[in-house]
Amino acid sequence: MLDAILWPLIALGGLGLVLGLGLAIASKIFEVKVDPKVEQVRELLPGANCGGCGFPGCDGLAKAVVSGEKDAGACVAISCDNLAAIGALLGVDTTPSEPNVARVRCHGDSENCISKYTYTGIHDCRAAAMLAGGPSACAFGCVGLLTCGKVCPFGAIYLSDKGIAAVDESLCTGCGRCEAICPKHVITVMPKSRRVFVACRTNEKGKAAAAICKAGCIACGLCAKKCPEGAITMKDNLPVIDYDKCTGCGVCASVCPKGSIAINDEKNANICAG
Amino acid sequence: MEGFTGILLILLSSILVNNFVLSRILGICPFIGVSKRVETAVGMGLAVTFVMALASVICWIVQKAILDPLDIGYMQTIAFILVIAALVQLVEMALQKMVPSLYQALGIYLPLITTNCAVLGVAILNIDEGYNLIQTLVNGIGGALGFMLAIVLFAGIRERMEFAKIPEPLKDFPIALISSGLMSLAFLGFQGIV
Repeated sequence: MLDAILWPLIALGGLGLVLGLGLAIASKIFEVKVDPKVEQVRELLPGANCGGCGFPGCDGLAKAVVSGEKDAGACVAISCDNLAAIGALLGVDTTPSEPNVARVRCHGDSENCISKYTYTGIHDCRAAAMLAGGPSACAFGCVGLLTCGKVCPFGAIYLSDKGIAAVDESLCTGCGRCEAICPKHVITVMPKSRRVFVACRTNEKGKAAAAICKAGCIACGLCAKKCPEGAITMKDNLPVIDYDKCTGCGVCASVCPKGSIAINDEKNANICAG
Repeated sequence: MEGFTGILLILLSSILVNNFVLSRILGICPFIGVSKRVETAVGMGLAVTFVMALASVICWIVQKAILDPLDIGYMQTIAFILVIAALVQLVEMALQKMVPSLYQALGIYLPLITTNCAVLGVAILNIDEGYNLIQTLVNGIGGALGFMLAIVLFAGIRERMEFAKIPEPLKDFPIALISSGLMSLAFLGFQGIV
């Protein structure tokens, strides 16, 4: 009885020991020296692997930062303290990237926009959008199944009580995951400093747009006419704001009869200034 | 099936007729995962060839020298996995040192050779078929070459598919499964040669 347990134990244990020793010797032979700085920089990065810097993950950026290819400020989510710590560690100046933020360019919530049908399929905007353009009557608006929120590594996107995606700008780092996944391209990542933006994407003409959504742009062109800087032009039944000219005065938003131009007055300070 | 002819038959059988990926449907994970570019597919194929050839020989020796005399054949799976895992670790370390670019390209799929059932499959099949050491080695190399053939051919197809207009829901993974199924059907044509 004891033999039945003992022999397998000895045989497998011995085999494991021999192989383990072999590996230990091999690890000495094939040792690869890793720059300890890469590991330290990696520790100081947020570790969300959001991809906002353009590298596949924080490891990629850490390597590029240590080799001097990239400024650590390329990280969109890093805190000021950690950025300064990386600068001190490598003895280089770091400049924070201009803070970006994701904004939902649609006001077509359940109160404003009518619904075409009741969707009961897979709970994913990409699936819903394939079924006759999604449950919303507007072919350009937010589907409202919060696929963007599911991919957000920072938990910054939530469903508003009226059923469309909304961004908590204090949590958003502007990494762009949501922008990439939205089947309707409703979310745009833009500099946080932009005070006004067009919160509608419909290319429908005025009458058709008004029939579907109370907040939809009817392409009246009032914003373009009233803009003191001449920064707004109309294209495909939508206003386009030239941010080189825009001063953020907010006239466009106040004259818009539909409230399609959003105005954002949150504190626009640079993340590392305040 | 003795002598040189027997060896040749085993080789032909393991490469074409009983191709591990396309006939036995083993080792699908790296087959789908690392077949986006021909270059990495060749690298993966070579790594698997090395592990498979070595694993079949060492596993055969372990079976004949340890498991059979002690009459603990029921420990086969654990013992073989142990050998394979150690070999994969060795390959990983060697690649990281000698070909870092390939190490980067293979990424997570390199340690996953450990759980590549084609490697365990060939080790167990060698014992089940009652092969001797040379036949075992040939079967291991043949199986691995068959794996490499399949993955490189498939990578070639997938590189071309990059430029094809594929319906949105079928892009990437689903179309890979469909085309690998078609490839498997094509390899069915070798059935009956051996």
